[in-house]
Amino acid sequence: MALFILRRLGVMLLTILCLTFIVFFLTNLHPNLEKLAKTQGNMRMTDEQVESWLDARGYTRPVVVRYGEWLGIVPGWTGEDGDGNPTGRCYSQGLGLADGAEPPTRCGVLQGYWGYSTVFKAPVLDITMTRLGLTGILMFWVMLVMVPMALLIGVLAGMREGSRLDRSLSTVSIASTATPEYVSGVILIAVFASSAVGLRWFNGTATSAMDNVTFANFTLPVITIALYGMGYIARMTRASMTEVMTAQYIRTARLKGVSFSNIVIKHALRNALIAPFTVIMLQFPWLLNGVVIVETLFNYKGFGWTLVQAAGNNDIELLLGVSVVSVVVVLVTQLISDIGYVYLNPRIRIS
Amino acid sequence: MDPLSWGGIFAQIFVQFTPVWIAIVVVFAASIYFKRKLGLYGKLFDSNIGMIGFALVLFWIFTALFADQIITHDPLVQVSGMKNASPGAPVPDGTEGGAFYILGGDNLARDVFSRMVAGSTVVMQIAPLATLFAFMVGITLGLPAAFYGGALDTTLSFLANLILAFPVILLFYLLVTPEIVETGLPSFMAMVLFVFPLVFMWVLLNSRFYTQPQKQKIYLSAVVVIGGLLYLSLISQDRTPINFWPDALDLFDIPGGILIVFVAVVFVNSPTVFRIVRGIAMDVKTRDYVAAAQTRGEGPWYTMLWEILPNARGPLIVDFCLRIGYTTILLGTLGFFGLGLPPESPDWGTTINDGRRLLSIYPHPAIVPAMALMSLVLGLNLLADGLREESMRD
Repeated sequence: MALFILRRLGVMLLTILCLTFIVFFLTNLHPNLEKLAKTQGNMRMTDEQVESWLDARGYTRPVVVRYGEWLGIVPGWTGEDGDGNPTGRCYSQGLGLADGAEPPTRCGVLQGYWGYSTVFKAPVLDITMTRLGLTGILMFWVMLVMVPMALLIGVLAGMREGSRLDRSLSTVSIASTATPEYVSGVILIAVFASSAVGLRWFNGTATSAMDNVTFANFTLPVITIALYGMGYIARMTRASMTEVMTAQYIRTARLKGVSFSNIVIKHALRNALIAPFTVIMLQFPWLLNGVVIVETLFNYKGFGWTLVQAAGNNDIELLLGVSVVSVVVVLVTQLISDIGYVYLNPRIRIS
Repeated sequence: MDPLSWGGIFAQIFVQFTPVWIAIVVVFAASIYFKRKLGLYGKLFDSNIGMIGFALVLFWIFTALFADQIITHDPLVQVSGMKNASPGAPVPDGTEGGAFYILGGDNLARDVFSRMVAGSTVVMQIAPLATLFAFMVGITLGLPAAFYGGALDTTLSFLANLILAFPVILLFYLLVTPEIVETGLPSFMAMVLFVFPLVFMWVLLNSRFYTQPQKQKIYLSAVVVIGGLLYLSLISQDRTPINFWPDALDLFDIPGGILIVFVAVVFVNSPTVFRIVRGIAMDVKTRDYVAAAQTRGEGPWYTMLWEILPNARGPLIVDFCLRIGYTTILLGTLGFFGLGLPPESPDWGTTINDGRRLLSIYPHPAIVPAMALMSLVLGLNLLADGLREESMRD
């Protein structure tokens, strides 16, 4: 077991390194840097001016070296600006250096310096952490609504395969997987928050939910994300439940005369919930997409909204930070789901 | 003229879709009449869910085909005075096209109904084809990974997991921005991804007709000439770094943005298909008929493509339907974030994005394409469910 986890951790680290390098490479392609120079410097810069601007800030050196600096395993570059003052990666603002203090030689992600956002004018690490906190609140409520609903639908549909209840619940879950967030969000806002229909039960935006979560401003975003993810989990639960219900030990329990509700609750449920656990954990990358769409649609300034802002405004270091966090979240949930599956399933655990 | 009532609106929509209704009735009548001779497709008509799904899918296929007959106005033309017009509003006298904006006007005074119909053409052009390409890539890589195992399998699986660990939207933002397009990265990716269908066809025919050199030569040269021409016309586009192919031989030019969107969607879908194909092939590989083929002395590619693949078709067909739906959702996502396709494009994602700004006052410009997208994806999912049920029955 320990060896298994260690191996998985190793692969995970390698994956993170590869992925961050890909993101680093793509965000640091020349047209992106040129745009950065023009937005930070002057829109009407000539090509030579752009080159010298980039050169003065160390952007013209090889990508691999700069990736190493960003990671913090290669000493940050140093140079001199026009007035002869020393400049360099580790001199930049956002590092919070006291005046005259000697900057560290290495400053990268490993040292806790994630760069400085050009859009929000703040250190990337601070932004990502506060935004992640806001998205965490959203995710918490989504999980709280989505998981019990999905499990309930799945178990009810799966306990008597082929019954009318099964058919109608299965159709509901198919319909919910067919409704992506930007469709259900639009429909929900139009029905429950627009003046055209007139039912103004909820707010069409969730901006106020950042300070104070209320029923009116948070229901629609939570429902929107939960609806799309629910169908998939429900279908998986149903599949695993129908499988369990045909197992030998359920038949034995039936023949023994155990009541149907007891069979479902005491005998079937525990085994039927192993598979959905993995599925729920693997939903995280998907939920991350949902979060981006919903936060944009409802103007909730969380992690997903930050991703869109960073990507849309060519904020290279912020986009890198956001990518690292989202990729790590995805990989960690995958790892937990693998370990959890092994742990929950005695047949695999023993072999 | 008075605006249409809701009854009038629905009647008008029904009339506009006449060619679609006729086509659907013809297809259904013919299929139900011959259903015993049509294999799995015929069996679909035994399941209600499958039939409903198939009807929805057919509706959108025919809408896309007959779009020019169905639309009442040019989807790009703005008619003054029709800005955010409510459904059923009459257009001013002397305008070209129908007398009403059946489903109202959007915030640039274009006809919502016609845009929705025109959008179906864009979606139905890209989604099935992109899914097909993703399947070709997934099959060409997934079969050898499962068949040979070892280092090949480990490497390919690692690469697939690498792409799968990206949140899709992040990947889109990294691949489809104007700056990246400028570097030509999507064009290079197109070059790589579009080779796979060629390789697939080549290997498929080569392994089959290996023992009949006469036929082998004819088929393979056909693949190289036709496929090669299509391939070169496809990857060589004006205004991109890859533009070497002479215009005289360039069969078609894909309008701006569509190729990039296409590449992005194929790229995102392929690793999942790879994993599915690999999983099924691992299972089928252990069967007796595969061992029999190997004992007979068949080559590895013959075994993979003519023994394993046909026996994996059931789950693959079901997944194909589901994946077209997922691709439609991805296309909508791209449109929703305004990536790739031009802003005036009538595709559903872009129109939803346009309409959402005034959602709480004028919901109709966003609701109409949203419902359209939902019904298509729902149809595909129901169709897949029906197919799965019917294929499991025997």
